[in-house]
Amino acid sequence: MSNQAYSPNLIKRRSFIELNARERASVFFDAGTSRELLGPFDRVESPWLPMQGVTPQEDDGCVVIKGKIAGQAAVVVALEGAFQGGSIGEVSGQKMTAALDLACADNEKGILTSAVILLETGGVRLQEANLGLAAIAELMASILALRKHAPVICLTAGTVGCFGGMSLAAGLASYVVMTREARLGMNGPEVIEQENGVEEFDSSDRALIWAIHGGEQRYATGLADALVDDDTPQVAEVIRRFVSKGVPPEHRSSQVALYRNRIAKLDTSRQWDPKEFRALWTTNASNEENR
Amino acid sequence: MEQIEFNYPAKRKIAQRAHVGVVGSGDLEVLLEPAKGEVAHVFIRTSVDGFRDTWKAVLDRFFTKYDGVVRIQINDAGATPGSVHLRLEQAVEVSER
Repeated sequence: MSNQAYSPNLIKRRSFIELNARERASVFFDAGTSRELLGPFDRVESPWLPMQGVTPQEDDGCVVIKGKIAGQAAVVVALEGAFQGGSIGEVSGQKMTAALDLACADNEKGILTSAVILLETGGVRLQEANLGLAAIAELMASILALRKHAPVICLTAGTVGCFGGMSLAAGLASYVVMTREARLGMNGPEVIEQENGVEEFDSSDRALIWAIHGGEQRYATGLADALVDDDTPQVAEVIRRFVSKGVPPEHRSSQVALYRNRIAKLDTSRQWDPKEFRALWTTNASNEENR
Repeated sequence: MEQIEFNYPAKRKIAQRAHVGVVGSGDLEVLLEPAKGEVAHVFIRTSVDGFRDTWKAVLDRFFTKYDGVVRIQINDAGATPGSVHLRLEQAVEVSER
């Protein structure tokens, strides 16, 4: 059997997941248009981590790059999942919020500027507790302000995924893009197991976790707008497409009646199977759209 | 977390700064910048205490070949000596690209 038949597309792919945050943030821009803001040599690091004996990172795990995507001004903010689980501290949170606020100010001046947020995060950085929580609240306010003018696109590629308060931030996005490898959810599997027991959720059951939190399920149930392969050119293409698409007619998080109605219809007296749930929400989605 | 500093004699001016790596488990971040004078200064912050002699051995070996007048900052999250050496060489490669 030839190699071609054995591994058709996989070998040709250029993995996006294997890139670090800075490399990820760089792949979307039109050639020669991008520059990093507050890079590692500016040395704006967390003041709180060294006090607790934790080695800080010079960019606090948050990379901000400004430039043009598909000919249009855009800012990309990428969280580094390998540094403290991509957690949000005072500095990384402020960097994200300030980047979005500057984009919002540009929009108000008439310069259309979108934002792309690359989320690999477990949420608030526990070492910075309240400051991290406050940062996420501010970030959500900034997303809401910006998305009136230009699309805010959240991409979670894996392998960390997007959990905690940052999953709520992703919920406010104009568009959510995921890979099959990514997971998106409020409480992570370990947290659910720890709080409610292994009967509730077995955090060692990878198939179960991905069937509930995984990109494929999130896309199928309408909670993500695109499902992409772990392939850098494809990821970049989809992001460029959403930047060009502009603000959606109605944001997902504004469709309160639709989601209330869907949740009300769920019979919570019994355990739902992810497949069953997918069928229900997919059917619902097409019925509601046809209405 | 332990902070360690070393100085090595150096004479060659370098043109560009370089940043490589991530402060992730078993990895480290290296910031290499041009400096003034005739000394290379190394500043290390590591999450693993008590390995000063190992750091010295790795850097002694690195500076037998490297003579750039630089300021190097290392933020370490428990990288092995081999990884440290590779990241240093990578930083040099990027700074001379």
